[in-house]
Parts: sequence; structure tokens; C-alpha cells
Amino acid sequence: MNDKSIIIREKHSRLLRYSHWINFSLLSIMVWSGILIYWANDAYIKIPNSIAETFSIRFRLAEGMGWHFFIMWAFLFNGLIYVNYMIISGEWRTIAPNRKTFYEVIPVILHELKIKKSGPVTIGKFNAAQRLAYTGAILMGLGSVLTGIAIYKPVTLGWLTNLLGGYKAARFEHFLLMIGFFLFFIVHIIQVARAGWNNFRAMLAGYEIEKD
Amino acid sequence: MKLKKIEVNSNDLKKRLFTSILIGVLFFTIGISAFKYVQASSSRVEGTPSLLRNSFIWNEKVWTKLSSHRHLSVNKPNPPKGKEPRVNGDLGLEDELELKDYSVEIISGNKKLLLPVSAFHSSPKVGYSTDFRCIEGWSEETQFAGSRFSDFIKFYDLGKKADGSYYNYVGLETPDKKYYVSIDMESMLHPQTVLAYEMNEEPLSEENGAPIRLVIPIKYGIKSLKRIGKIFFSDTRPPDYWAEKGYDWYSGF
Repeated sequence: MNDKSIIIREKHSRLLRYSHWINFSLLSIMVWSGILIYWANDAYIKIPNSIAETFSIRFRLAEGMGWHFFIMWAFLFNGLIYVNYMIISGEWRTIAPNRKTFYEVIPVILHELKIKKSGPVTIGKFNAAQRLAYTGAILMGLGSVLTGIAIYKPVTLGWLTNLLGGYKAARFEHFLLMIGFFLFFIVHIIQVARAGWNNFRAMLAGYEIEKD
Repeated sequence: MKLKKIEVNSNDLKKRLFTSILIGVLFFTIGISAFKYVQASSSRVEGTPSLLRNSFIWNEKVWTKLSSHRHLSVNKPNPPKGKEPRVNGDLGLEDELELKDYSVEIISGNKKLLLPVSAFHSSPKVGYSTDFRCIEGWSEETQFAGSRFSDFIKFYDLGKKADGSYYNYVGLETPDKKYYVSIDMESMLHPQTVLAYEMNEEPLSEENGAPIRLVIPIKYGIKSLKRIGKIFFSDTRPPDYWAEKGYDWYSGF
């Protein structure tokens, strides 16, 4: 075996990678158990019987609630570790939108959709669209926790439920955020696939190869 | 923030990637196995894997510490006159309702009473409107009126043991005993917990639990038992229909 040297960049720290994959697992269980709960009163988007049957989500309300109110603590805890890490390490600067983000985001999206040939040069870890998406995902996580506890404890936290527009509104907001996560997931998967192995490997092992 | 460039040995890098992938595979294998283990686990407590049952109980402890039973369910304006309250289940209501000679059995220690419906009008009428929230996920602003449960037990001197302290639990049943709930005493003493004979300013309909029902808006609707046949007090938790079917026994907001 040849022992050549390679130039790499340390892209994602261990803590960031761990919390990312733990979050992915926990959020999957939250969405799944949330759908089991939602089925009992599918008020916004009707779940067709055929789909409910295929994915076996009927008559599992109690089970859904059991998982949802168990995993929620781990989801919250993992989220807090991640957010605290981002703040303390100063890494929040890599995902926080700045002044440039807002006028760069349209060209970045046009470039990604191949409408425009060249996009703005990415300085640092993430481009404008990524910054908005990742910061948005964190805010959606916060929103899910707030709308979630507002419908979980609408008497103890009646003030929060009221602030969110009442019990019915908070349930709808909680649902919309789930849809938001779903859309984020789709775009995220497509973009990760397009970015290729070098980029994806960074979320597994932390490094990106600069050049062989 | 520009990322630093580092020069490394290619074999070390391969090892590093291999280790990372191994940890990842291990993590997901353990995670998925743990999930499947809980799902398949035969140690079920009242229809729920013991882990999730314990989680319900743990959550109950956390939220009662935050005195969830001491807050009021937010008052709402009265629903428009004549609005029919939503009817959901008819568990325990299948038998023909016999209003003539209808009586409610009460057991508190050695005391046994058979009370006519008029007995539930002995204490002052209390009425309010608030969200009635079903565990299925729907909710409806509803007006309720009846006797406050705490007033009722004071009037008939019920619910206390010889030493003057309250029993821990209240059990309620429909006359056919096909639907039954149990509730912690603190929640039963909540000012919005009423033995209701009126909903939306109309006498209680048969589907909504005539002649007398429990309304406890600080818990999911499953606890608001219709057509009360029996009320009893106990220090051990009486059976609860939906808790036996895997739901959270506490079910409080």
C-alpha cells in the first residue's frame, strides 16, 4: 500500500456529527409517532385508508402517544446539546444568516436549479441557501417543541397555548412544522446526493479531502 | 470562517473512515434493535410496553410537580345558543336510559348512598365555558353547568377517611359497568371538575350522558364519564377503561 499524504479539511466536529445522526433518528420516531396520533383526527390532510393500511398507522393512537411523549425528552435534550455546542464553540457563525445571505440566496438557488451557470462563491462552510435552511431547521425544532408542549399541556401552559392562537391553532402549527421537516428532509437528501461522496463523508468521519 | 487545511497520511485516513462507519452502523443497529425490542416486548403494563408505561408515569410526576392540576382551563365565550355539543363515544350508554327511579350509587368508606338525580342539584350551580379536548385530537368550546365535585362531596360528607384525609382516587362507572374511569383526588377537587347536568345551556342529552355526567376539562375527554351509575373512593387506583387499553392513565393537561 502506498503511504501518500493527503490534504484534508476538518469540516464537522465529532459532537456535531453525533448530534446530527441522533437527531435524525429521534426526529424520525417523532414524525412516525406523530402520524399515529394525527391519524385519530386527520383534520388538515385526510390520510387515505389505503395509505393508512399499507403503512399500518390505524388505531395506534395510544402507542403513538407512548412513543411521542417518551422520545420527546431525548429529542429536546439532544437539541439543547447541539444548540449549546454551536453557541459555545462559535460555530453558530457558520450557519447564521448574515447581511450577504439575503441577497445571495436567490442567485444560489438559481444556480442550484441550473437556471444560472455561476453562483456566488461560498465563503466558509455553507452557502446562503444552506445557512437559511439549517438555521430554519433549528428554529423549526424550537417551534415544534413550543407548539408541542402547548397542545400537550394546554392547561398548565395555557398562556403559551393562548399565545400560539389557542389549542386548535397550536395543533395545526405543530402539524405544519412536521410538514416543514418533511420538505427539508426531501431537499436535504437531494442536495446531499448531488454534492457527492466527499461532502457526505464529512458527516460520517468529519473530514473533507482538499486534494490527493 | 475558513476551514484549516491539514496534511495527513492516506492510510490513517482510511482507518478513520472505517472506524466512523463502524460506529455509525453499530449505532443504528443498536438503535433499531432497541426500538424493535420495546415494540415486541412481552412485558406490557396495561397494553403498553413497560418502558412507555413508565414514561407516562414519569411524565405524570414531572407535570404534577409543575402543579398542572392547579391551573384553570382557559375560559372561553359561551358557544352560540342551540349549538349541539359534539358526540363521540357511546361506551356504557347502550342500555335504554331509565330516568324513572334513576339513582347513583355512592360508596365512601362505610358510607353507602343511593342518590336520586335531584341530589346533584343540592349544591350551588356552577357553569363555565372552556375547550373540551378529546384524546383523538379534536376540541370544541363547550359550556358546562352542574355541581362542583368538591362542593358535592362536602355537602354529603364524602371522600374522606376516618383520619380526615382524602382518599387518593375516585372511581366512576356507568350503570352497566361497561365504561369506567379513575382519577386522582387532586384533579377531582379542581374547581372546574363538575357533575354536570347541562351542556351548552341545555339539559344534558342522552348521548352526552344524561341525567348526570362528569366533566373534567383539565384532562382528556376520555375521563369525563357520561351517565354516572356509581361513584366510589379508594386509596388504590380503581380500574380505568382506556388506561387498560394502553393510554396514559393520568391524561391531564
